[in-house]
Amino acid sequence: MSKGYNFAYLDEQTKRMIRRAILKGVAIPGYQVPFASREMPLPYGWGTGGIQVTASVIGPNDVLKVIDQGADDTTNAVSIRRFFARTAGVKTTERTSEASLIQTRHRIPEQPLKEGQILVYQVPIPEPLRWMEPRETETRKMHALAEYGVMHVKLYEDIARFGRIASSYNYPVLVHGRYVMAPSPIPKFDNPKMDRMPALQLFGAGREKRIYAVPPYTSVKSLDFEDHPFEVQRWDKPCELCGASDTYLDEVITDDQGARMFVCSDSDACQERQKGAA
Amino acid sequence: MSEMDAILSVRDVAKLYGGRGGCKEVSFDLWPGEVLGIVGESGSGKTTLLDCLSGRRTPDAGRIMYRGRDGEMLDVHALSEPRRRLLMRTDWGIVHQNPRDGLRMGVSAGANIGERLMAVGARHYGQIRGSANDWLERVEIDENRIDDRPMTFSGGMQQRLQIARNLVNGPRLVFMDEPTGGLDVSVQARLLDLLRRLVREMHLACIIVTHDLGVARLLAHRLMVMKDGRVIEEGLTDQVLDDPHHPYTQLLVSSVLPA
Repeated sequence: MSKGYNFAYLDEQTKRMIRRAILKGVAIPGYQVPFASREMPLPYGWGTGGIQVTASVIGPNDVLKVIDQGADDTTNAVSIRRFFARTAGVKTTERTSEASLIQTRHRIPEQPLKEGQILVYQVPIPEPLRWMEPRETETRKMHALAEYGVMHVKLYEDIARFGRIASSYNYPVLVHGRYVMAPSPIPKFDNPKMDRMPALQLFGAGREKRIYAVPPYTSVKSLDFEDHPFEVQRWDKPCELCGASDTYLDEVITDDQGARMFVCSDSDACQERQKGAA
Repeated sequence: MSEMDAILSVRDVAKLYGGRGGCKEVSFDLWPGEVLGIVGESGSGKTTLLDCLSGRRTPDAGRIMYRGRDGEMLDVHALSEPRRRLLMRTDWGIVHQNPRDGLRMGVSAGANIGERLMAVGARHYGQIRGSANDWLERVEIDENRIDDRPMTFSGGMQQRLQIARNLVNGPRLVFMDEPTGGLDVSVQARLLDLLRRLVREMHLACIIVTHDLGVARLLAHRLMVMKDGRVIEEGLTDQVLDDPHHPYTQLLVSSVLPA
């Protein structure tokens, strides 16, 4: 653990401020709580919101896992994991089951999360209504009055243009029957995992200065039409490394001739499965 | 009919900007199915008055009472904001002079028409699309334009789309601010025909702000003439236009260029 930094980088007053925002977020599931986001030693868009939330809830006994697009070995995941290893001296892991705290960008691990685990999302744009309504004063009012008709205008537009709901990530959800929430850019494949998840889900948007949360066992429903129900992506083939047919697959180009293969995006789940098969 | 049956009852409404401009001492009643025209020159307070009536601007003084579907009189500006916004979505329609202000330019015509339905809870795609098709036909837009964005429509079509979008869930009271402004004469004529038909079919109460006396004569049953924020003359449309009493109205009527 490096000297000269407070535990987990942020000063104690900042952590208290962020914890207050998190508590309020947990008390009002899906509601975006404004907070005084700090400058972090990484650029906006790389996870400044998530890293502040993680820094505020992490303790010396926590075991941290960081994933980016499902993988533990990408630049963003490696540098954030190392950041906390150095500033907080916590144990890190790549195993979903061993982690008490998981910071993620763009995925929810394939392995179901348990009670006591915390999942921290990095959020670029926390406002699900933003694409339909540019004014912040107006979107806040729409949330306050639960005027969510325009979200369906967006879905209608998808069906009219593509014949189905073509939005495939950051798919809007209704939390606890009240607030419409942006689940961050996770694929809609992961949306069903958020519903009644035993783990606590925290969302941090650093640039937009918003924190929101979904407490354990809270209903999270993806918006849809009666005659065009919500559905997730499917693939024709299973993962070419581990053979799983129930996971989210990435298309990987393997040479300059256009050869490609489909593999699990969750590197931990994929490796565990390969080990189990061997 | 007595005052008891009025759908909108306006008393001594005033809205001033720093002591001048705006409108003052405006009182009138509007009955169901009636079209009221408000005419006057630029800066006479027509639009300010319309904004106050439609709940988008709070008047400095006076009361605006609206009779809800259950017959109860509601003070528009004393209502809680959620109820006022609900009223705007369900009972009222607002047609802007510039269709770009009233339309969602980034989504298709069908989505524009369906928005109000979805805002009050419609969640069946097929039915929403059905109503959108139905309304495109009623405002004489070709059905195969349903998935085109309003951006690709002509000015007249945009205005008709805006009208469809406002009327789709059967409002009772429609506010129109210069609905034919900026359209050429033949397009204006078609739009006026359409409006007249819809108002009659749907038994709409309607307040139309215009500076075009021709529009007023065609559409309005009753006319209010405004100058410097005050109503200087009001009466049946033909009466006001054929036998104007106030010198300003006489000037206004005589300024119409003969076609």
